[in-house]
Amino acid sequence: MATGRPSTVYLWELAWILPSIALPVGMLAALAVTAFGAGINVAGDRGRIDPAKVGEHALFKEPGIAEIAPGQYEVRLTGQIWSFAPNEIRVPAGSTVHFWATSKDLVHGLFVPRHNVNVMLLPGQIAHAQARFDTPGEYPIICHEYCGVAHHTMAGKIIVEARR
Amino acid sequence: MTAVERRLAAANVAVALVALFGGVVTGLFQALEYAGVEVYPSLAPAIRSHYHSLSMHGVLNALVFTTFFICGFVPFVLSRSLQAPLASAGLGWATFWVMAAGLVLAAIPLVGNAATVMFTFYPPLKAHWAFYVGLTLVVVGTWLVTLNLTLTWRAWRARHPGERTPLAAFMAMVTFAMWTIASLGLAAEMLVMLIPWSLGVVGGTDALLARTLFWFTGHPIVYFWLLPAYISWYTLVPRQAGGKLFSDPMARTSFILFLILSTPIGIHHQYTDPGIHQGWKLLHALLTFAVFFPSLLTFFNVTASLETAGRARGARGWLSWFVKLPWSDPSVAAQVLAMVLFAFGGIGGLINASFNVNMVVHNTAYIVGHLHLTVGTAVALTFMGISYWLVPHLAGRVLWSRALALVQVWLWFGGMLIFSPTLHELGLRGMPRRTDIGHISYMQPQWKTLLPLVGIGGAILFLSATLYFLNIALTATVARRAPQPAAEFADAVSGPDHAPAFVDRWRGWLALAAILIAIAYGPTLIRLAATTPLNSPGLRVW
Repeated sequence: MATGRPSTVYLWELAWILPSIALPVGMLAALAVTAFGAGINVAGDRGRIDPAKVGEHALFKEPGIAEIAPGQYEVRLTGQIWSFAPNEIRVPAGSTVHFWATSKDLVHGLFVPRHNVNVMLLPGQIAHAQARFDTPGEYPIICHEYCGVAHHTMAGKIIVEARR
Repeated sequence: MTAVERRLAAANVAVALVALFGGVVTGLFQALEYAGVEVYPSLAPAIRSHYHSLSMHGVLNALVFTTFFICGFVPFVLSRSLQAPLASAGLGWATFWVMAAGLVLAAIPLVGNAATVMFTFYPPLKAHWAFYVGLTLVVVGTWLVTLNLTLTWRAWRARHPGERTPLAAFMAMVTFAMWTIASLGLAAEMLVMLIPWSLGVVGGTDALLARTLFWFTGHPIVYFWLLPAYISWYTLVPRQAGGKLFSDPMARTSFILFLILSTPIGIHHQYTDPGIHQGWKLLHALLTFAVFFPSLLTFFNVTASLETAGRARGARGWLSWFVKLPWSDPSVAAQVLAMVLFAFGGIGGLINASFNVNMVVHNTAYIVGHLHLTVGTAVALTFMGISYWLVPHLAGRVLWSRALALVQVWLWFGGMLIFSPTLHELGLRGMPRRTDIGHISYMQPQWKTLLPLVGIGGAILFLSATLYFLNIALTATVARRAPQPAAEFADAVSGPDHAPAFVDRWRGWLALAAILIAIAYGPTLIRLAATTPLNSPGLRVW
C-alpha cells in the first residue's frame, strides 16, 4: 500500500467504501426476500389486552389447543410466574401450529428452539407466532426472559406424534 | 492540561476498576454455574441466587465500569488534545460526586438483593426506588460531562478562530453529543415511569412502552462504550505502534455517521416484541445496516494505520506488518487483540440485526457470546490496554510488570476464544440466556456437552482479570516512582486539511440526527404514549 503518499489515500478509501456499501445493501435484499418472499415474519402488532383480565378475553377464556383446519392447530397460551398454560401440547407430525399468547404478570418469553417460535410475552400485549412441526419428537417450550427467582423452572413441551 | 484533569481522570478510573472487580468476580460465579459447579449455597447470604449475582455482574460491568472509565478517559483526552484545561474544575468535581452518589444509591439495593432485575430492569419487575434514582443520577452526571466538554471546546474555538478542531477532541465531542441525545429515552423511562411507580406515586406501569424507551438508549449505549475505544484506536494506538493514522477525513466521517445513526435503530432489540408493527422493525433493520457502514470504515482505517506502523518497523509484503507490530507493548497488544475479536463481534451483530434471522438467536446464549466480544473484549480489553499507560502516567510510577501485563492480555484473548464461541454455539442449539442453567428442568443433551467449556473459558478470563488487578494495584501503590508520559496523538497520512469543512459543522448533523430519530421513533412512541394504560402492577419475585 502506498501509505507514504497522501495523494493516493482517497483511492484506497474509495476502493473500500464501494464494497462497504454493496455488502449491507446485498444483505438487506436477501432479508427482504425471506420476509416478503418466504413469509418468515417477526412479531407484529396484534392489539392490547388488560393483563388483569386475561381470563375474560375471548382468546384466553379457555387456554388449550384446537384443530382449526386439517393439519392446522391453534394454541391459546398464557404465561404467568412460573408456568405456561397449557404446558403440554400434542400435535401430529406435519402440523402447523398457530400460537396466540400473552402474559398475566411479568415479561416472559415463548421460545421453541429451531422452529421460528421466538416471541416475548408482554403483559398488555397479544403475541402471535406460527411454526410447522414435521419431525416426531419432544420439543421444549422455554421461557427465555428472566422473570424472577424460579425463572429456570418455567417450561413446557410440544410432543409431535408420528402419523399412523 | 493541569493536575486537576489528571486527578479527575484518576478518581473516575479508580471507581471504574472497583466496579469491574465486582463484575468479574460475579462473572466467575455464572461461568462455574454453567459448568455444573454448585456455587451459590456456599455464597449465601451475601449472594442469594444466580439472578442476584447476574444482576450485579451486568450492572457493575456494563453500566458502572464503562461509564466511569469513559467519564475519566474522554475529558482527559479532550483536554490534552486541545492543550487546554477543562472549562470548570469545580463542575468536573461536582460531576464526579453526583455520579458517585448515584452509584452508592443504586448499589445498596443491588447488593442487598432489592434490585435483582438485571441491567435492563424490564418492568413490571419492580426494584427498590433507590436503584432507579441512583442510575438516573449517574446519567445526569454524564450530561454534566457533556456540558463541561462543550464549554471547554467553545472556549478553545474562541481562542483559535478558523482552526480545525483536533481529531481526538472532535471525537470526544461526538461521543458525548451522541450519548446525550441517546440517553433521553432512558431519562424519560426513569423520570416518567419507573421512579414515580417505584415510589408509589402511580399505581402501574407498562412493559412495552418501558422497553421501547429503554432500547432508545439501550442500543446507542453500546456506541457510548465503543466510541471511546475507537478514539484510542484512531488517535493513540497508531502512534504507540510506531505509525500514523491513515485517514483523518475518513475518521471524522465515520464519527459523524455514528452521531447520526446510533439512535434511530434501537427497535432492532425488539423484533420479537408484540405491539410494534413489522414495518417499523424493518426500518430499524435498514438503519442498523446503515450504521454498519461507519464500522466498516473504522475497520479499514484502523487496520491501514496499523499497517503503516508495521511497515515503518521494516515489514515487507502483504501481511508481515501485522507480525512486526510492537507486540511486547502490553497496551498495543491488548488493543490490537481487542480489534481482532471485535471483527467477529461486528459480524455477529449484523446477524442479530437481520430481522427474522434474529428469531434464531434472540434471548439465547448467542447474545451473551456476542456481548462478551463487544463490550467484554472490544471495550474492556481496550480500556485495560489504555490503563497500562494511563495508570502509570496518573500515578507517576512505572508499570509494575510489563511481562505480567502481556500474559494477562493473551489470557483474556485465549479465554475469550473458548468462552464466546461456545456461548454462540449454545445459543444456536437453543439454550436461553439469563437462566440458572444448573437447575433447569429441560436440560438438552446437545447443551450439556458444551457447558464445561463455558466454565473453563470463564475461569481463564477470571485469572486474566486477577492478574490485571494485581498489576494495576501494585503500579498505583508500590512500583518505582518516575514520571511516565501519556500516550501521544498520532499524525495522519491524510490529515484534517483533506477533510471538507462541512464535516465539522455541527448544526446540520445534529438536525439530521433529530430528523432521523423523529421518523424512526416518532410515530411508535407517540402511539404508545397516547394509548398505553399504565395498568401493570409491579412484582418483586426474587
